[in-house]
Amino acid sequence: MTTASAAREPAIRVQGMEKSYKELHVLRGVDFDVAPGSIFALLGSNGAGKTTIVKILSTLLSPDAGTASVNGFDVVSNPSRVRESISLTGQFAAVDEILSGRENLVLVAKLRHLKDPGQAADRLLARFKLSDAASRKVSEYSGGMRRRLDIAMSLIGQPEIIFLDEPTTGLDPEARIEVWQVIQELADQGTTVLLTTQYLDEAEQLADRIAILHQGRIIANGTLAELKQLLPPAKVEYVEKQPSLEDIFLALVGNQGKVASTKDPS
Amino acid sequence: MSTHFVGDTSVLLGRSMRHIFRSADTIITTAITPIALMLLFVYVFGGAIRTGNENYVNYLLPGIMLIAIASGIAYTAVRLFTDMKSGIFERFHSMPIARSSVLWAHVLTSMVANALSLVIILLVALLMGFRTSASLLAWLAVVGILALFTLALTWLAIIAGLTAKSVDGAGGFSYPLIFLPFISSAFVPTTTMPGPVRAFAENQPVTSIVNTIQDLFEQRPIGSDIWVALAWCLGILVLAYFFAAAAYRRRIS
Repeated sequence: MTTASAAREPAIRVQGMEKSYKELHVLRGVDFDVAPGSIFALLGSNGAGKTTIVKILSTLLSPDAGTASVNGFDVVSNPSRVRESISLTGQFAAVDEILSGRENLVLVAKLRHLKDPGQAADRLLARFKLSDAASRKVSEYSGGMRRRLDIAMSLIGQPEIIFLDEPTTGLDPEARIEVWQVIQELADQGTTVLLTTQYLDEAEQLADRIAILHQGRIIANGTLAELKQLLPPAKVEYVEKQPSLEDIFLALVGNQGKVASTKDPS
Repeated sequence: MSTHFVGDTSVLLGRSMRHIFRSADTIITTAITPIALMLLFVYVFGGAIRTGNENYVNYLLPGIMLIAIASGIAYTAVRLFTDMKSGIFERFHSMPIARSSVLWAHVLTSMVANALSLVIILLVALLMGFRTSASLLAWLAVVGILALFTLALTWLAIIAGLTAKSVDGAGGFSYPLIFLPFISSAFVPTTTMPGPVRAFAENQPVTSIVNTIQDLFEQRPIGSDIWVALAWCLGILVLAYFFAAAAYRRRIS
């Protein structure tokens, strides 16, 4: 970790990546870099190829053309070193329904060959507010709890780079904000986060850089401010600020303290 | 990579065994249907069946055990399919573990689970009057053949688990296998069957395996049946392993 990040090499580098499924040309030459310790959002509609990129970077698929390196290791020639550097939180919470929450965490900790799997599990249960549900079967968990457990499982062994594939799809607004807070904490601790999402506000809230994936290519890549400059300068208009339905919902269920709302009144 | 193989496989074996003990139906169903068949054939049909063996339970038990194995491996396919579907297979594959341990854990789980249900069936058969004078060596041979048969069918189940499109498909492939013992020497001697049926029955894998185990239990000299049985089991095992490995490579490229 020290050598890779001290030299400020990109944590993830993708160049000319292509991938087809039979006739379908999903990725047609994708290039981007992700700086260490940053949150990078891949934004695109369903079927744009976001998941394919994540699967190639996490060594689940091999690219047809181009190169990709993670933490300085090539995903094709050195996959085992890549796997030591990363953690994948897939599109659907990949948790074991029959085991309890704690057993899920212990399982991953054992597979990561930690010295004290039980301790690692208990720490994450506390951090993700799952201690009370620790011994319950995961099939009884709510969607938000399941997603929290899923992310907690990804944090075991403190990987340097985390892939989150649509982490908030299907979550209710409260659970969504919880996940956002977790992602922000990860980045604050120096973890590199690559996030895919189809929600514009999610990318806007979280990401240091945003890349827009469209028809197999990155058509824009920059900070939010840079992307805003791609459009004609904003006109000044006076608009009455109405609370959004999300604001109302969160106020009514009494969670307004948690809302890290940095939304522009636009 | 292989340094972690044993450790990772045993962790994952522990996980699948927990699945089995928490959904006890997987052991009970795999044991109960064959036991029900055994009761039916011994106490309802058995009186009218002439096998040349006074103790019909002795005659029946080997075939019942093969039925139990054929239905037990369906659960292996279902468990593997569920892992593929839920994304946990991908989670394991993106982790720094010995990758092959993910499949091997399912294979070992299948061996252990089938062994457990066979023990239950054997205990019930003893209550129903099963008696054998088999020597320790003969017992080892029986266990070896049953284990080889289970291993071969388990790799068939792995193919089903890797390629199925639905849970029903993953589990359903085993129905023809469960049916196979009925058209064999497992329930009645093949000599009373009409020509084409008899030809099929005498040349399919179950008959040679059943004959071998019957001979071993009765301490009769075993003829060429054991070699035919071993050839069938090894042949199925090699082919199934080959196709399972190909299906696995297709899933991860």
